[in-house]
Amino acid sequence: MRIELVKRPQHSALFSALSPFIALALTLVAGAIMFALLGKNPVQALYLYFIDPLREVWSLHELAIKAAPLILIGVGLSVCFLSNNWNIGAEGQFIVGAIIGSILPVLFPEFQSWIVLPIMLLLGIVGGAAYGSIPALLKVRFNTNEILTSLMLVYVAQLFLDWLVRGPWRNPEGFNFPQTRSFHEFAILPELLPASGRANWGFAFAIIAAIVLWFLLSKTLKGFEIKVLGQSPRAGRFAGFSNARMVFFAFLVSGGLAGLAGISEVSGAIGHLQPSISPGYGFTAIIVAFLGRLNPLGIVAAGLVLALSYLGGEAAQISLGVSDKVARAFQGMLLFFVLASDTLIHYRIRLVGRQAAPAAEAPHGNA
Amino acid sequence: MKKALVSFAAAAAVLSLGTMGAMAQDPTKVCAIYVGPIGDYGYSYQHHQGMLDVKEHFGDKVEISYLENVAEGPDAERALERLARSGCKIVFATSFGFMDPTNKVAARFPDVKFEHATGYKREHENVSTYNSKFHEGRYVQGVIAGKMSEKGVAGYIASFPIPEVIMGINAFMLGAQSVNPDFKVKIVWANTWIDPAKEADAAKALIDQGVDIITQHTDSTAPLQVAAERGIKGFGQASDMIKFAPETQLTSIVDDWGPYYIERVQAVIDGSWKQSDVWGGMKEGHVVMAPYTNMPDDVKKLAEETEAKIKSGEFNPFTGPISKQDGSEWLKEGEVAEDSEVLQMNFYIKGIDDKIPN
Repeated sequence: MRIELVKRPQHSALFSALSPFIALALTLVAGAIMFALLGKNPVQALYLYFIDPLREVWSLHELAIKAAPLILIGVGLSVCFLSNNWNIGAEGQFIVGAIIGSILPVLFPEFQSWIVLPIMLLLGIVGGAAYGSIPALLKVRFNTNEILTSLMLVYVAQLFLDWLVRGPWRNPEGFNFPQTRSFHEFAILPELLPASGRANWGFAFAIIAAIVLWFLLSKTLKGFEIKVLGQSPRAGRFAGFSNARMVFFAFLVSGGLAGLAGISEVSGAIGHLQPSISPGYGFTAIIVAFLGRLNPLGIVAAGLVLALSYLGGEAAQISLGVSDKVARAFQGMLLFFVLASDTLIHYRIRLVGRQAAPAAEAPHGNA
Repeated sequence: MKKALVSFAAAAAVLSLGTMGAMAQDPTKVCAIYVGPIGDYGYSYQHHQGMLDVKEHFGDKVEISYLENVAEGPDAERALERLARSGCKIVFATSFGFMDPTNKVAARFPDVKFEHATGYKREHENVSTYNSKFHEGRYVQGVIAGKMSEKGVAGYIASFPIPEVIMGINAFMLGAQSVNPDFKVKIVWANTWIDPAKEADAAKALIDQGVDIITQHTDSTAPLQVAAERGIKGFGQASDMIKFAPETQLTSIVDDWGPYYIERVQAVIDGSWKQSDVWGGMKEGHVVMAPYTNMPDDVKKLAEETEAKIKSGEFNPFTGPISKQDGSEWLKEGEVAEDSEVLQMNFYIKGIDDKIPN
């Protein structure tokens, strides 16, 4: 006896639309059960999770700060994933963008001018894109698996940053602590609405990137090319599209946006380089991209929902005294139900007896 | 649905108010953020013990609240802001990497008191810093190691080459040299505060190189457990780790934050809180030695005497004559190092055969 997922011949449009709401409802029920088992008031817990962080302006700013890198990286990844390029290394591209973007304020702190910030952002994009081009080059030239190469390069980037801030880039006035000097005022990404909270321009970049990519994907020939090459490389070749060029395009776009997210985070929210600048944004963004169904506007919503679950988790920790592990478990449930609902719309479960021959399905990929 | 939610929330609020109504005064809210989980049995665990001491001491007069596993960076700033907004009167930020976020949030909440552990920035009136003289305990450990090691070589698992760690290595070595002038120490830089696998590997490598005693400035119990497996002795770190290695631990430096936390919370309640930079040691009760175990009586006696001398203020581990690694004189006979100089220590003393990684 085993369980198989069989593709449905056609999926229900109604349930496709309802899917996120069904998932949310299931999460609320499962979450309520979990909180009740922990001896906490489930209604209060869910209120703290989903409503409380939205009630105050400062908290909305924090939501924007937390969501910005997730959205920025996630929309870039949508181009990759739609074109069948599995960039798992956005975390590394984020870090390299942050490092290259920080060259001016760290190495030339006396150069202070309004031009510094635009150059930093540009260098951040270039750094992330350049780092993303490595797995692209390896894939095109040597047919290496980009999942492995892009993932491995994450560790290289993390260790390189670690070495920089403990070694050559360490703040000479910082008592040997592993940090670079603090960025000067011209190197700080300004806040959007300084009067009400600390959300910075990173969030604006994320929204702009999402709109531009949405337009690109749904209204232009390039968007058509991305999807055709993703779904059927052979058909794409007949149409005269180059797969090799698409690999580079996808990695440069997603790497560049991850790099922009990296320098925005360092320049807007942290203010210096330190051994760890990301709590795994590059990996979480993969989840965000799929939660948003690889649609840039959907990714904006998904990024906000995921950011909300972080903030809600903290509110629950403080007000209910639950451990942060509970917050993580709850977040996991949310993702599980969303992805499970989506899967079950496209597939149905079939129980297969022992004697039935397994139906071999043609593998996807570059034929 | 929305209405039901609101009425339920209101009911919950009334309920929680009901329990508080019995008291004459609202409790003072005391908060903390930890870089690790409170279950690490090391650094964050000890800070949380200090918070529990506050709760025990003040009872209903205080309410404690905390966030654990807070990443150093923008998450820390949000966590601090959230605590400040939730009504905390005093917030303990217990890791070095919370330094800039603490000062930034303090600027926005001038009525909330912030206490930052192990840092040096006090940019606003409402930010204090505090730390403990762990090196006093390391001197005592050095004395014990000097007596207990047959080969005269100790293994030292260090975290980061910051002044606090370097002064610890120097104090350990001075203690060991006081009973065995030819004592040697082998140092491994783990570049982490807590990573049990890495710490265990470092301990194994050191033991393979022939050390017969292990000490550490990293926070997990792993090195001590490796020492136990290999049948040599070792020291605990941050908390009493005797239950993880009952036949191995000689003693442990216990970070007792309780007295300091109680004192500062009392000051907030009295309205007498003032900015300060406190560096307490054995004398103030901030550094406590776990019971001396697994050693002969004469070593135990010597360790207790050394501890007593430091505790009474009669002896400072950094008392001359002490030479730097290159042989140049640092402190003359009888000269005692200034705290400010110790806090920026960036050199080894004579006899340490290692280079500070730069």
